[in-house]
Amino acid sequence: MKTLLTNNELQATLERLAHEIAEAVPKDIPVAVVGIRRRGETLAQRLLQLLAKAGVKPAHHGALDITLYRDDLTTIGPNAVVRGTEIDFNITDTWLVLVDDVLYTGRSIRAALSALTDLGRPRAVRLAVLVDRGLRELPIQPDFVGLCIETAPENDVQVKLTEVDGVDKVEMT
Amino acid sequence: MSDVVAEKPVWTRKHLLTLNDLSPEEILYVLDTAESFKEVSTRSIKKVPALRGRVVVTAFFEDSTRTRMSFTLAAQRLSADILDFSAKISSASKGESLRDTARNIEAMGVDIIIVRHSSAGAAYDITQAVDCCVINAGDGQHAHPTQGLLDLFTIRESKGRIDGLNVAIAGDIAHSRVARSDLRGLIKLGANVTLVGPPTLVPRSFEKLGAHITSDFDAILPKMDVINMLRIQQERITSSVFPSIREYIRLFGMNADRLKRCKPDVLIMHPGPVNRGKELAADVADGPNSSILRQVTNGLAVRMAVLFLCQQAAAGNT
Repeated sequence: MKTLLTNNELQATLERLAHEIAEAVPKDIPVAVVGIRRRGETLAQRLLQLLAKAGVKPAHHGALDITLYRDDLTTIGPNAVVRGTEIDFNITDTWLVLVDDVLYTGRSIRAALSALTDLGRPRAVRLAVLVDRGLRELPIQPDFVGLCIETAPENDVQVKLTEVDGVDKVEMT
Repeated sequence: MSDVVAEKPVWTRKHLLTLNDLSPEEILYVLDTAESFKEVSTRSIKKVPALRGRVVVTAFFEDSTRTRMSFTLAAQRLSADILDFSAKISSASKGESLRDTARNIEAMGVDIIIVRHSSAGAAYDITQAVDCCVINAGDGQHAHPTQGLLDLFTIRESKGRIDGLNVAIAGDIAHSRVARSDLRGLIKLGANVTLVGPPTLVPRSFEKLGAHITSDFDAILPKMDVINMLRIQQERITSSVFPSIREYIRLFGMNADRLKRCKPDVLIMHPGPVNRGKELAADVADGPNSSILRQVTNGLAVRMAVLFLCQQAAAGNT
């Protein structure tokens, strides 16, 4: 077990991410922040607060459940949990920041993009992730990255957040 | 990855035949999953790809327009391919021929068979013949589990809970699979259930399941949080166990006068189709306490959840 980010480092990383997003935000397009359930949603909530401190107030925010869009539904079987999508605004013509905790194969993001396509047509979608662990299986790249590390497939990268796990840290085994 | 995968799956059944053997946790899990599916129906594109490439058959050996439509739409919203199989057969030709029919349907590469049949146990019988998922859409007087689940969903949505509620089911309990499924689910989730109707139509044996039984509708009205009015089945009216229709309406019909004596926020349910002016007066059916149309809407979400969960369980077992 190796700690990649401690409590304080995670906070500092999020602040930097928020700062980078704030700088990239376009002036005349409504901004939406959407987290992928479950920890991406929590991270999105944190980023919203940090963005507010940086003077950016996104017009919309929501949470996306991608379970029904996964391409491995037939193999994960009854363990798949549907948590529901909560996006109560029209995403069409927004500048949408998609937030997830770990970027790995890219398949979750592929599923998220399919889910978003069914909801509307954003002007642009940007991807913010806390950890990019490499090993992509699809041509998907992040726009905002907290931590970039090299990993092997047998590694397990876990983002733990106080709201979900009772503690803030990123670990790898 | 860990975000969408539970460590221990709550739902591992590939068939849904009855609510009798489900745990409270399993029932609540279906209801929670259905919450998520309700959102899909509010989108401009009312479709998710969860069952894409899967084939669902509605095998209805007994007529039903709304249940079949609800299941068909649910399967379509999950992107499944759907096939209708209709066959009116006499109860005498069940057994092996039913199994053969099911085997033939399965041989076409079907993943889920949704079956409605006039004989109790028909859905179970099919599970003995095939490997695919089987969903019971009503078998004789035995069970109608998705109706039970959608009624539970509607009650929870309206009241915020089920535990501790006083729920009456009124009418021809003896011949009603809806009453049986509702009763089982409600008791499991902690509701106090009262069955009310003519003594000939409310078997005392239901007391063993934990229900209260009465034939005095007016006496229980003020206490009830939910009243589910069962449909008068026209074919029963001529039978000797049924009182005259006028007497039935006088004693067990829900009307504006009776509604006044209920709690102001009482939920009036009906599985449909309503015999207006008989078991349910038109002004009550269309009034603010009525959940009839919400039940139909919720039925779609519940059936999506059931199709999804059973298919997922089957995928995990192979």
